[in-house]
Amino acid sequence: MIRLYKRPAPSRLWIFLAPLVAMVLTLLSGLILFSLLGVPVVEAFYAFFIEPLTSVYGLAELGVKAAPLIMIGVVLSVCFRAGVWNIGAEGQFILGAICGAAVGLSLKEVEAFWVLPLMMLAGIAGGMLWASIPALLRTRFNTNEILTSLMLTYVASLLLAYMVIGPLQDPFGFNFPQSALFHKAATLPVVWPNTRLHLGFVVALMLVGLVWLLMSRSMLGFSLLVTGSAPRAGRFAGFSVNRSVWVTMLVSGGVAGLAGLFEVAGPIGQLLPKISPGYGFTAIIVAFVGRLHPVGVLFAGLLLALSYLGGESAQISLNLPVAVTGVFQGLLLFFLLAADVLIHYSLKPVTTAPAEFTGLTNTQAQHVANSEQGAP
Amino acid sequence: MIKNRKLLFQLAVSLLSFAGASLLVNAADDPFKVGFVYVGPVDDHGWTYRHDVGRLAIEEEFGDKVETTFVESVAEGADAERVLRKLATDGHDLIFTTSFGYMNATIKVANSFPDVKFEHATGFKRADNVSTYSGRFYEGRAVIGTMAGMMTKTNVIGYIASFPIPEVVRGINATAIAMRKINPDAEIKVVWVNTWYDPGTEADAAKALIDQGADIIMQHTDSPAPLQVAEERGVVGFGQASDMKAYAPQGQLQAIVDDWGPYYIERTKAAMDGSWESKDTWSGILDGMVQFADYGPSVPDDVKDAANLVREAIVIGELHPFQGPIFDQSGKEIVAEGEIIEDGDLLGMNYYVQGVNGSLPK
Repeated sequence: MIRLYKRPAPSRLWIFLAPLVAMVLTLLSGLILFSLLGVPVVEAFYAFFIEPLTSVYGLAELGVKAAPLIMIGVVLSVCFRAGVWNIGAEGQFILGAICGAAVGLSLKEVEAFWVLPLMMLAGIAGGMLWASIPALLRTRFNTNEILTSLMLTYVASLLLAYMVIGPLQDPFGFNFPQSALFHKAATLPVVWPNTRLHLGFVVALMLVGLVWLLMSRSMLGFSLLVTGSAPRAGRFAGFSVNRSVWVTMLVSGGVAGLAGLFEVAGPIGQLLPKISPGYGFTAIIVAFVGRLHPVGVLFAGLLLALSYLGGESAQISLNLPVAVTGVFQGLLLFFLLAADVLIHYSLKPVTTAPAEFTGLTNTQAQHVANSEQGAP
Repeated sequence: MIKNRKLLFQLAVSLLSFAGASLLVNAADDPFKVGFVYVGPVDDHGWTYRHDVGRLAIEEEFGDKVETTFVESVAEGADAERVLRKLATDGHDLIFTTSFGYMNATIKVANSFPDVKFEHATGFKRADNVSTYSGRFYEGRAVIGTMAGMMTKTNVIGYIASFPIPEVVRGINATAIAMRKINPDAEIKVVWVNTWYDPGTEADAAKALIDQGADIIMQHTDSPAPLQVAEERGVVGFGQASDMKAYAPQGQLQAIVDDWGPYYIERTKAAMDGSWESKDTWSGILDGMVQFADYGPSVPDDVKDAANLVREAIVIGELHPFQGPIFDQSGKEIVAEGEIIEDGDLLGMNYYVQGVNGSLPK
């Protein structure tokens, strides 16, 4: 029998090391997994983690794949630290894409520099609109935003399905469910010639800096942290929880919407019935793997993006099933959460009665727990 | 603990250097490389599975002379272009993209790799190095629609449909036309699930349809989940794209089976000997692209006879599934007796015919 005891103060060092430990454990499990599958381990690791990065195009694709994950992950980390559980970034992403695309498509005669900025504004507005529904329900009726934001995701994807066979359908597309391709002024500029790396990646990097400033250097960021970790204390200090809900929901919704617009105006080039392989959901993993810190989210976004590209390359070069990608992502999150438990709690074996262990000093307990973490 | 970490680090470093070395060694002679991009997992037991059977047929036919690769579960969006580009850069000579949503990505990548041949399933955009191909699956629907019309007792057929594209609408209408010839009281209820492959959603749709009185389940999605639900609930249904008998030994009445192998072999051969040209292929029962499984245990002999008759009539060209008279949902005749809807109109079909319940999402 093993019991968990809460530590008085979690080690700061381990909080930052935990993602690395989780990564190493994931790699080791991968090693075992590959050898059980009878796959040459070295080649598998090479295909999965190195090969995608060996070409200019591959590096650019890493940025393409990571851009929405980082953009959304960064703002979700603000939500989560403020104690606001926006699980519906996927829906806000889709709404942003729809609204931005609607503007772009209705201006298809216009080749002017302001078309794209207008689409971006529409994308932000669309995402904000979608996020404001759970925000309103939460602040007015105290409805759980986890449920409302999540369920609105399904509404959003149905709305998209309706748009591409309805108002935004390509009139010359043989009735297939898709919009026309965007014209030149409505297409996102590529920032690295001959690749697909677009403005979205630059925006993602800027957001990392902005959010870092917001959370560590501004009164607003501080008030979000306080209402997130101690709502009562926040109230005494005059910080309103409702304000936190509105600010974080609108910011995260707006950014998710912008990411959605970038995705359709950039790599996809048109509206399709399905525009996201779950970026809004994967970004939740990204936010947590990144320790809810903007710089951590940057690396976590790149890592998760690499796991997708690696999965494709392992399929092409080694015929590994696509499920390996999912297994890797799942293992990574599993080990990270496990490491989290061990950071905040110590494990003590219980043989007969818990009373026996009152003799253990705190340092000894720490030692026991630390060696548990160290041994894979 | 620190020692352990050091060890791990060393292990990682040696792994990487090994990898580098093996790269240099890996330069062998050049077989003809054929790549496949799949929309679902290779073991979906439906659409994608049958394409993979086609891929294996190529391997069987050409042996060492051909090397095949596939990438499964590729989302129909930004990812498709990257996967295609990667296959092309990795030296694939012929690439099959097996879902409608890959159309623009296929055209785009084909444009930057003029020496690579592309084959896009179910699309309508072609280029000098892009062919399109599909099966006349509506012919199969006419056969199973006949069976459904004869066998339903509640006169409600539940139909789980993916996206309202002409391909899928055509299947629904072909079923309805054949069914109504036999049984003017039968109706088709359609549920749109907006996905090609999602066993959970497909199963939910099947349950909802059975709750609404459907005693026969049909599907235009790729997993056997709807048929499994039918089997559990004691109703019957039809396999889609592949023989799904294993999932519904009692419940599967019949299945339309896609057979891509001969086409894939023919095109690979053409690409190898230089005779490959861009073209559009739309083959049916006659050419063997649309095939059938065995009849299920509960199919009565008269139903088998009727189904066989329809099948043979289609093969010899005596019957066209879209042969008039055809009525719209209000009962107005839209195709006169003896006339046939032309291929061009079939390719853009965006309306329901009589016998289909509800309205087409537009």
